Amino acid sequence: MNELPQQLANGLILGAMYGLIAIGYTMVYGIVQLINFAHGEIFMVGGFGALTVWLVLPDGFGLAAAVPLMILGGIIVSVAVATAAERFAYRPLRTAPRLAPLITAIGLSIVLQQVVWMWYPDAKKDRSFPQFDGGPLDIFGANIQRGDLFVLIAAPLCMVALGLFVTKTRSGRGMQATAQDPDTAKLMGVNTDRIIVMAFAIGAAFAAIAAVAYGLKNGQVGFRMGFLMGLKAFTAAVLGGIGNIYGAMLGGIVLGVAEALATGYIGNIPGMELFGGGAWKDVWAFSLLILVLLLRPQGLLGERVADRA
Amino acid sequence: MRQRSLIAITAALAAGSLTLTACGSRDDSSNGSGGGDKTTVVIGVDAPLTGDLSALGLGIQNSADLAVKTANKDEFVKGVEFKLEPLDDQAQPSVGQQNAQKFISDKDVLGVVGPLNSSVSQQMQKPLNDAGLVQVSPANTGTELTQGDGWKTGNSVRQFKTFFRTATTDEVQGAFAAEYLYSKAGIKKVYLIDDQKTYGAGLAASFKTNYTKLGGKIVGSDHINPDDRDFNAVVAKIKKTGAEALYYGGEYPAAGPLSQQLKDSGQNIPLMGGDGIYSAEFPKLNKKAEGDLATSVGKPVEQLPSAKEFIANYKAAGYKDAYEAYGGLTYDATWSIIEAVKLAVEGNDGKVPADGRKAVLDAMSKVKFDGVTGPISFDEFGDTTNTLMTAYKIKKNAWVPEYSASPKLG
Repeated sequence: MNELPQQLANGLILGAMYGLIAIGYTMVYGIVQLINFAHGEIFMVGGFGALTVWLVLPDGFGLAAAVPLMILGGIIVSVAVATAAERFAYRPLRTAPRLAPLITAIGLSIVLQQVVWMWYPDAKKDRSFPQFDGGPLDIFGANIQRGDLFVLIAAPLCMVALGLFVTKTRSGRGMQATAQDPDTAKLMGVNTDRIIVMAFAIGAAFAAIAAVAYGLKNGQVGFRMGFLMGLKAFTAAVLGGIGNIYGAMLGGIVLGVAEALATGYIGNIPGMELFGGGAWKDVWAFSLLILVLLLRPQGLLGERVADRA
Repeated sequence: MRQRSLIAITAALAAGSLTLTACGSRDDSSNGSGGGDKTTVVIGVDAPLTGDLSALGLGIQNSADLAVKTANKDEFVKGVEFKLEPLDDQAQPSVGQQNAQKFISDKDVLGVVGPLNSSVSQQMQKPLNDAGLVQVSPANTGTELTQGDGWKTGNSVRQFKTFFRTATTDEVQGAFAAEYLYSKAGIKKVYLIDDQKTYGAGLAASFKTNYTKLGGKIVGSDHINPDDRDFNAVVAKIKKTGAEALYYGGEYPAAGPLSQQLKDSGQNIPLMGGDGIYSAEFPKLNKKAEGDLATSVGKPVEQLPSAKEFIANYKAAGYKDAYEAYGGLTYDATWSIIEAVKLAVEGNDGKVPADGRKAVLDAMSKVKFDGVTGPISFDEFGDTTNTLMTAYKIKKNAWVPEYSASPKLG
């Protein structure tokens, strides 16, 4: 059978998830030039928020009906954690040298992992997450799981909503202005503090949606799940051009598809048998990142990284 | 404004580090003479008490605790009060090594039970060996831990005089899995995946050797990263090979989603693994586990008449966590140290010898008793002489034993 449609679908699903998380990196970076390394954990707590909603719902509550509530629960937890982090961990350091908030972010990510690990019931091991019943759907020769449909629908919807928000609303334009020049924006009457909080909140909400997708797809959430996903999403953000919201999604999808194709095909090239395995896919993904950065340092869709980074 | 917040952070950091130092110095105070006329002998336990593998690790801790309590209750060694000191290695080699150093620096520690992971053991063996401190692992199946890298070519050399284990080796386990899959289950084509860790890769290697020797065909192989949870790309590759089963060398946190994604992709073939997936967590993390297979060392303790007492006592002790896959083997590992202490004390006029560690090490090769998992003794490599293995199958979300035997090594 032809494996290509399946591998492309696998890559697309994984990539859409990376892209949703990458939005959080890219927006925060675009506005305050901070690489929020705790964002992977914001994603993780969103997964636990959604799981909590599922656990408190009465038995017999259908999963399809529960999903919107779970998204809501995840978003509330993620946004609360992200805005609290902004207020108490990053804002006091806003004028400090760039390294200080970066290290705070790394510290915060460890704190969040440990907090979930210690206080969430039974979180010392992976918790199982509800999954849709029923077999896979056949779409263009690829098997798509019912749970995977979620991210395939949610990712484009989120992107359209975000695009409209940034270009059409007053807050969105304030966001663009702050990204361009925070001091001037402030002089023009933009409440930059509010804009920054909003950037964190939107990124966190997207991460929570990605976490629900992750749970539905893999059937489990765990306190360590934010690390690898966060790193990959950060890579996706850089790949797409950090600071550019469409770049984040494009970078995610490129990364996901590259991983799937590397796993599926590199081992078939004569002489490359040793380097084609599933464990090598990360190596190829990062090689791709290096290649893009060498040839196009600003990322695929980025415009102005060099002048302010 | 900025300076004030910097001060606040510095203060917070200072307070935090002070608290940590306070934690670190706790073992100084507990060494006093509280036990009256009894000598305290400490048995260290190293296992992952937190993290992905904590289900197995807590089972180890509790079973060792039970052994120590039993020995104390019956005053199995006259004049000796055993104490357990469990440390968490988080399944990480570097943490395991730090724990080994802690055990070494505590003079009352005469033996160490653990760890769970072969990769952790690799980092603990040398320091413990240098200190002459006996280590008995209930779960390490990595063959090279006792026999060196030469075991694949029949060139086994004992690596560390202080390392013993009650679990048999992956050489035996892989051979048994191959034998079961080929002869008992009638599966002739297998796809092979491992997680590239010491345990997973060794198991896969032994499986491959023995399976091909029997006449089975490995139709493809791959490696995965055990931290991943999305294996769809690998799963899609298996489809065209016509594999009748997937053999996975690794542990349950990755094996669960791997098996589920395999079946979700429309391939209704079983995943088989070693004792690393033989955990009650595996079917919990995998809704399509039905029919999956695992091998584990020994026989299920529930089937052994020798284990009835252990199970009853474990229940009576009221531990929160199950004894899991290594409970019986841990009890036996701990008990072998207790037996060695007994031999050492009896050889020294009923007192713990001044060089207790050396005496216990010397006694280990003479240890022989009927344990929970059967007769316990150690061969010239420190390996258990008991090579009984069991194959299990998931039926209705639980592991059910299918077949037990001691495999022939190819």
